[in-house]
Amino acid sequence: MNDEIVISLKDVNKWYGSFHVLHDLSLDVRKGERVVVCGPSGSGKSTVIRCVNRLEEHQAGTITVNGIELTSDLKTVEAVRHDVGMVFQQFNLFPHLTVLENLTLAPIWVKKVPKAEAAGLAMTYLERVKIADHARKYPAQLSGGQQQRVAIARSLCMRPSIMLFDEPTSALDPEMIKEVLDVMVELANDGMTMVCVTHEMGFARTVADTVVFMADGQIVEKNSPAELFGNPQEERTRQFLSQIIRH
Amino acid sequence: MTTEPTVGLLTVPWRWSRRHLFQSPGSSVLTLLAAWLLWKVLPSAVNWALVKAVWSGDPAACRASGGACWAFVTEKYRLILFGIYPYDEQWRPLTAIVVFVVMMLASAHPSCWRRWLIWMWAGGLVLVGILMWGGVPGLPYVSNDRWGGLPLTLILSATGIVLSFPLALLLALGRRSRLPAVRAASVAYIELWRGVPLVSVLFMASIMFPLFLPEGITVDKLLRAQAGIILFTAAYLAENVRGGLQAIARGQFEAADALGLSYWQKTRLIILPQALRLVIPPLVGQFITTFKDTSLVVIIGLYDLLSSTKMALSDPQWRAFYIEGYVVAALIYTVFTAAMSYYSQYLERRLDRDRRRS
Ligand SMILES: Nc1ncnc2c1ncn2[C@@H]1O[C@H](COP(=O)(O)OP(=O)(O)OP(=O)(O)O)[C@@H](O)[C@H]1O
Ligand SMILES: [Mg+2]
Repeated sequence: MNDEIVISLKDVNKWYGSFHVLHDLSLDVRKGERVVVCGPSGSGKSTVIRCVNRLEEHQAGTITVNGIELTSDLKTVEAVRHDVGMVFQQFNLFPHLTVLENLTLAPIWVKKVPKAEAAGLAMTYLERVKIADHARKYPAQLSGGQQQRVAIARSLCMRPSIMLFDEPTSALDPEMIKEVLDVMVELANDGMTMVCVTHEMGFARTVADTVVFMADGQIVEKNSPAELFGNPQEERTRQFLSQIIRH
Repeated sequence: MTTEPTVGLLTVPWRWSRRHLFQSPGSSVLTLLAAWLLWKVLPSAVNWALVKAVWSGDPAACRASGGACWAFVTEKYRLILFGIYPYDEQWRPLTAIVVFVVMMLASAHPSCWRRWLIWMWAGGLVLVGILMWGGVPGLPYVSNDRWGGLPLTLILSATGIVLSFPLALLLALGRRSRLPAVRAASVAYIELWRGVPLVSVLFMASIMFPLFLPEGITVDKLLRAQAGIILFTAAYLAENVRGGLQAIARGQFEAADALGLSYWQKTRLIILPQALRLVIPPLVGQFITTFKDTSLVVIIGLYDLLSSTKMALSDPQWRAFYIEGYVVAALIYTVFTAAMSYYSQYLERRLDRDRRRS
């Protein structure tokens, strides 16, 4: 990790109609930093990371990604999305395309990579997530864990410099969680900048540089995993941690 | 040695009928009712249509036999099929029919759904136009008030379907657009056209529309009817397509956005392919409706298949044999509509493949 800041949120405010979701939220992420975001349901975790690639629009404050400030100008949105990959809780693979086609689609159409080259790249990533044997299958023919690994590979095919994860293991059966986390750990070890909403505390402990605890649309506490889990400063944090450890 | 239960000659049909005809008391009742009806109707129908039928000859022979007078069809089939298109030039509409059927077959298989299909249809329609109108060396000009019969029905319905479809896609997307003006325009268009029956659309196209045109400018009657059919059909197709769009999960849009696909890339590559396959049955239903509804052009004096059949029946000698005439017209319609509905079922099964787990 170096000192270059690649994601910067400054006093970000967001409303859904009249409901104030994010309150003056500020957060900096450095190049190569692994940030885990946790917090109770409805605290705005998804909303924050979805603002980073503008799946959601913020109404006040500034969000800057790789030096590009997100505005309603489509060009900035496009530029940011080229560089930011996202993995969803529900995988969101394209069911009408094969695994391979899911991976090659964006490189071919967005980056204009020649077909053969895109397929080669896709196979490399499929091998990395250990799923190359299933390249010709359709998503519905794979298990949840396999689908999520395909989804990760699909994002990686765009060669993003930042990866966002929104509860990537929450929709998985327990026995499949590990295979997905393993892929994410490997990615972290390669130096990818990652912002990851998850309640997998084991993952946070081993991989994260920073853990952010959110409640009610605000960052309550931000620290290294050892500090935040071992010596939480805020009452809200203690409450939350005792709850997830009990379960 | 254990003996297998003997499979008698009747076992297979017995099992089949248990499964398909007598599965429940309700279906048994219906099966018996249908059998009774067939028993009552079939013998006399066969007797009329085949046994006592007259295949060639004059009306007197027909009247004497008391069976179906297929001689009427033998005598008038060119009039029924091609209307009053000049007799010696009727190979041209025949070729047009062949062109249409070939294009339909070529569009059928999903592996053929590529860009060249658009060019094929564009070229094919031009070819049909040249064949029908002529006016080029070797093909004398035939004005389109002499067109009629099956080629006219095919031209109106195939062109109607092929050209209304892209318009329908735009309208359906427009109705879900984020831009209020686009959305309002699409809603207005769709609701306006759906509020009017096709008969009045054709009537307006033929009688009212010319009144609005400046002096001296005329638009051909056939083109006006064709435009009416396209604009009308598009409104209905758009609503079918919209149904499919609504069924696509939000995650599909978000995943496409997150990958950086533009609106049109997302729509063309991710959303429409999924949305359209969900609405194949209503889409094909609308195609069938359009095909049959082209017979309404008779009210503005165009002679489609049904009207050319009527024309053949206006011959006083043969007037009595209208049943035979309509049976033939119905058979031709049935061949096309049945083909479309079988095709829709085939397509659904085929495209369903990837949604099943195997
Ligand atoms: N599209 C929306 N319209 C209105 N309210 C929304 C919308 N999306 C989210 N919200 C509300 O905003 C709040 C924050 O939602 P968000 O999805 O960011 O929470 P979260 O921290 O990710 O929760 P979870 O752990 O359940 O995923 C919630 O109260 C939610 O009900
Ligand atoms: Mg969430």
